[in-house]
Amino acid sequence: MYEGIIQDLIDEFGRLPGIGPKSAQRITFHIVQSQSADVTRLAELLATVRERVRFCTQCGNVSEQELCSICRDARRDAGLICVVEEPKDVVAIERTRQFRGLYHVLGGAISPIDGVGPDDLNITQLMRRLADTEVREVILATDPNLEGEATATYLTRLLKTLEVPVSRLASGLPVGGDLEFADEITLGRAFEGRLTVS
Amino acid sequence: MRVTQLSVADYRNYRGAHLSFQPGPNLLLGRNGQGKTNIAEAIGYFATLSSHRVSGDHALIRQGEDAAVVRMRVAHEEREVLLELQINRSGSNRAQINRGASKPRDLPRYFSSILFAPEDLSIVRGDPSLRRRFMDERIVADSPRMMTVMADYDRVVKQRNTLLKSARTSGTKANQLSTLDVWDDRLVELGSEIMDARTRLIHELGPPVAAAYHHIANDDHSPRMTIIRSTETVLAGVALSEAELGEIAVGAPPDISMATDRGGDHPHTMQKFRAALRAIRPKEIERAITLVGPHRDDLFLELNNLPVKGYASHGESWSYALALRLGSADRMRAHSTTGDPVLILDDVFAELDLRRRERLLAAIRSYEQVIVTAAVAEDVPEGFTWNTIYIHGGAVRPDFSDQHSTSERTPDVE
Ligand SMILES: Nc1ncnc2c1ncn2[C@@H]1O[C@H](COP(=O)(O)OP(=O)(O)O)[C@@H](O)[C@H]1O
Ligand SMILES: [Mg+2]
Ligand SMILES: [Zn+2]
Repeated sequence: MYEGIIQDLIDEFGRLPGIGPKSAQRITFHIVQSQSADVTRLAELLATVRERVRFCTQCGNVSEQELCSICRDARRDAGLICVVEEPKDVVAIERTRQFRGLYHVLGGAISPIDGVGPDDLNITQLMRRLADTEVREVILATDPNLEGEATATYLTRLLKTLEVPVSRLASGLPVGGDLEFADEITLGRAFEGRLTVS
Repeated sequence: MRVTQLSVADYRNYRGAHLSFQPGPNLLLGRNGQGKTNIAEAIGYFATLSSHRVSGDHALIRQGEDAAVVRMRVAHEEREVLLELQINRSGSNRAQINRGASKPRDLPRYFSSILFAPEDLSIVRGDPSLRRRFMDERIVADSPRMMTVMADYDRVVKQRNTLLKSARTSGTKANQLSTLDVWDDRLVELGSEIMDARTRLIHELGPPVAAAYHHIANDDHSPRMTIIRSTETVLAGVALSEAELGEIAVGAPPDISMATDRGGDHPHTMQKFRAALRAIRPKEIERAITLVGPHRDDLFLELNNLPVKGYASHGESWSYALALRLGSADRMRAHSTTGDPVLILDDVFAELDLRRRERLLAAIRSYEQVIVTAAVAEDVPEGFTWNTIYIHGGAVRPDFSDQHSTSERTPDVE
């Protein structure tokens, strides 16, 4: 245990995803000992990120404006909506350049163990969006693991009432994996071979 | 097939050790607590991807170390393969096959063994969970892919139980339970696959286990194995008293499960699973746990039309336990394209009377390689020329090395 503010900082870093106690300590001492202006810039960035970045009111992706850059882009096909778990999945799919439609970011997957139910996800917004606009196809691109599959099944059932064609990314994605870690080629193929589920 | 070399590093009580095995009978000899079972466990791990004594892998790593490494050279006729496994305290385990990076899950494709241990008696006499484990271990050895199916199934049960619990406490029943159906889909899909795999296994295992029993007991007690599916029990409308819900009672009427004796019939299994879930739903909501599925099934063992549990003598129970292992080995041998499975007998002879010892030995004699552990040489039946390896304090004692073991140059397995 260190004293006061140093321990506070270690604790804060330790709370971040993917950072264990050892790394938290290393980062903290790097910051404390660093002479450069980088740290000041980092502090400023942290503050502005909180101020400026919001969630797109249409799709739930991260954005600096009311609508994210993808939703604002008139060249995108508004008749296709790809449903993903996290903003980072949007980035992964954009890398494939296979998809020219819009997204809907759920903000997670159904997982009772983690205390996440359908009400904790952006599902109501999705339903409203589908009711208000002309959509030709909804593509479910949740992670190929148990929770992602469960979420996709839940949505498939829910969307049946709207009579919108629904497809699911074809397998080829490593089962039990995270979408964001799938390589571009695999993910691209998964898009081409998506299966109609309803 | 046979093990030719084994090296361990920072594994259990071994800092580093190297063992050479011979075709035919091998004996690991040493006082208790020296590390014999640890070696048997390391070899068995390659076939089942789990220890026969602990469920997690951490106990396998030498105390105070971050990773254990086990390397094993396996031979089948003229072909040799080097299997390597690194068990990590944090992060996932790693494997290499002939020095090429690979998944631990692929290791059992290259090695098969059957391990007999004193704990086997509890398969016959203990909780249903031990019999489920016996079946599941065989299934994974046959088809490593099933390990993922089983892990996913367990996770679905956990998710579902959490959901049932939170629905009960938060009172938002209707709303929360709308997702129960979603988990039910996966529960039925994965669960039915496990149930059918078990049914097929037991169907195939019946004749060799009966033959093995006859061999060991030298008596015909008509051993019988029947899977009792919780889905069938529910559908048969068995009164669901609290006691029966705890675990399926010993001696549950066999007629319930007769229908499952044929090979796996997937659509049929799924259909029944769904029906059972529907029937038991109110009870599940009340109890907030998943009450039906392969995690509640049992393997019902009989001798002379009486349940083994609670009726069979100590000797008969032992014969049955040995027959389960020996029958498994015989079945593997019949299907194998890579020769016999390696038989590993950990401290088993010490548990048996003289006649059973001799009959067991006669039964395993024809196997390509047998690895036995014993605390004293007297526990091992005579009439065999053993390649003896002395184990002491987490090390091999080469100075005691037996005449029968060749002391020539040991191939490089570092
Ligand atoms: N992870 C571990 N680190 C260090 N020692 C261990 C570890 N696991 C087991 N041991 C030691 O190994 C010994 C037991 O070895 P074992 O193979 O079971 O003996 P036996 O020769 O009787 O079969 C015990 O002394 C135990 O403390
Ligand atoms: Mg032992
Ligand atoms: Zn948007």
